[in-house]
Amino acid sequence: MDGYIALSYWDLVIASGFLVLNGALSIWLKLGLERRLAVAMLRMVVQLLLVGYLLKSLFAIQSPWLTAGVALFMLLFAGREIRSRQDRKIAGFWGYGIGTGAMAVAAITITVIGLSAMIRPEPWWGPRYSLPLLGMVLGNAMTGISLALDTLHTSVKREKPAIEAQLLLGATKWEAMRPFTRRALRSGFMPIINSMAATGVVSLPGMMTGQILSGVEPTEAVKYQLLVMFLIGGSTGLGVLMAAFGSLYRLSDGRDRLRLDRLTQAETGT
Amino acid sequence: MAGRGTIGVTKPLNRFSSSNYPFRFPDGAPLLDVQNLTRLFIGPVSFRVADGECVAITGPSGVGKSVLMRAIVDLDPNTGDVRTATLDRAAAGAPEWRRRVGMLPAESGWWLDHVGPHFRDPEATGKLLPALNLNPEAMAWEVARLSTGERHRLALLRALEIRPEVLLLDEPTAALDQASTAAVEALLKTRLAEGLSILMVTHDPDQPRRMADRQLHLEDGRLQEVG
Repeated sequence: MDGYIALSYWDLVIASGFLVLNGALSIWLKLGLERRLAVAMLRMVVQLLLVGYLLKSLFAIQSPWLTAGVALFMLLFAGREIRSRQDRKIAGFWGYGIGTGAMAVAAITITVIGLSAMIRPEPWWGPRYSLPLLGMVLGNAMTGISLALDTLHTSVKREKPAIEAQLLLGATKWEAMRPFTRRALRSGFMPIINSMAATGVVSLPGMMTGQILSGVEPTEAVKYQLLVMFLIGGSTGLGVLMAAFGSLYRLSDGRDRLRLDRLTQAETGT
Repeated sequence: MAGRGTIGVTKPLNRFSSSNYPFRFPDGAPLLDVQNLTRLFIGPVSFRVADGECVAITGPSGVGKSVLMRAIVDLDPNTGDVRTATLDRAAAGAPEWRRRVGMLPAESGWWLDHVGPHFRDPEATGKLLPALNLNPEAMAWEVARLSTGERHRLALLRALEIRPEVLLLDEPTAALDQASTAAVEALLKTRLAEGLSILMVTHDPDQPRRMADRQLHLEDGRLQEVG
């Protein structure tokens, strides 16, 4: 970390001027975006400043229990986010449980393997490594799972006659829902596939850019980035698969019925 | 429990010749036996449909005729004993049950772009299209090109293709003109003669007279024999 240039708060104030300019444009052009822009900007500033102080003290304390507690909080928050991003959700506990459970199993397994077998910090759970890594893995798994579940629930609801037509011809629930399962899995996998395909040409990944800016050799930063992308891809895929099949299981029963009664109404209408 | 809404055993109807039909059971054996079926506000209802018999279910809209049919094929949670002469629903897997006791819902469902792949044997079934006033080329068409009535007649052929023992029909001719209605009824009569049993929901006041051996009326969750 030799070529690291520290920023002053004044640098940030000047940089934020560009965003303020956007707000002014919005008022001038009557776009009506200024309020949302301001709230989002304020949230970002407060959240990041707090997390900065939180991480600083976590790194100083080095407690496995505190680290685990923060990881759990991140996980539960991401689970809530998965649920809120679905137009139609599974009713009751499982509406939260399936997405959060699938994400937890996939993200924790892969992060722990990544830490203990590949990055190998000392100790392996060290918050400086484990929390940022978990954050990246969680964020991507969260996006993939919420897209997959949203697509699945919307299409199963809309295609009820097509699914039941197959059931009535003697198809099993898995056969009858296969075309819609495939569609849901595809939309869950799409963001990670797209970002892998475009990375390095269209955009430089944020983590890699950060490392390069803080003085790490680009080839070393690339190795880190590749490792992280592999972990992210693996956990997103695993999480999407588990969540989609968990949801299908819940939306059907042992008598090969479609159980749309376990789905909530859409919040934005049909 | 069997008291409310119970309909007695029907006499076998012998006016159809069905000696060559493979699923022929001793005279009097009911092909569909429904006992104490309960679903939501329906039932408990009990009734039987004999081999080669056509039974019509009538009743006001929203009384639960479709709900009753869905319950028989086990598409919604329900309680009760339902069996055919050879198969107990409780002992059979749901897919196996639905291959024996078929159902044509009021709204037909399609899950692929083209008509043909929805059928097990598009070539053989395709030969039946003219008999239902359908274009002989319709198997090669896209589903989106079909009218509601065409979809419904094709869905009937698809349901018959798997050769169920009993077929439940939810308003099979509601979307059809007179000529197509007559064509559908003629096809169903041939299948009845071959031993297929039919339970049909209808709002056409004359259809039970044309098609059915018996008529059941559903109201306030109870089934009553008419006439």
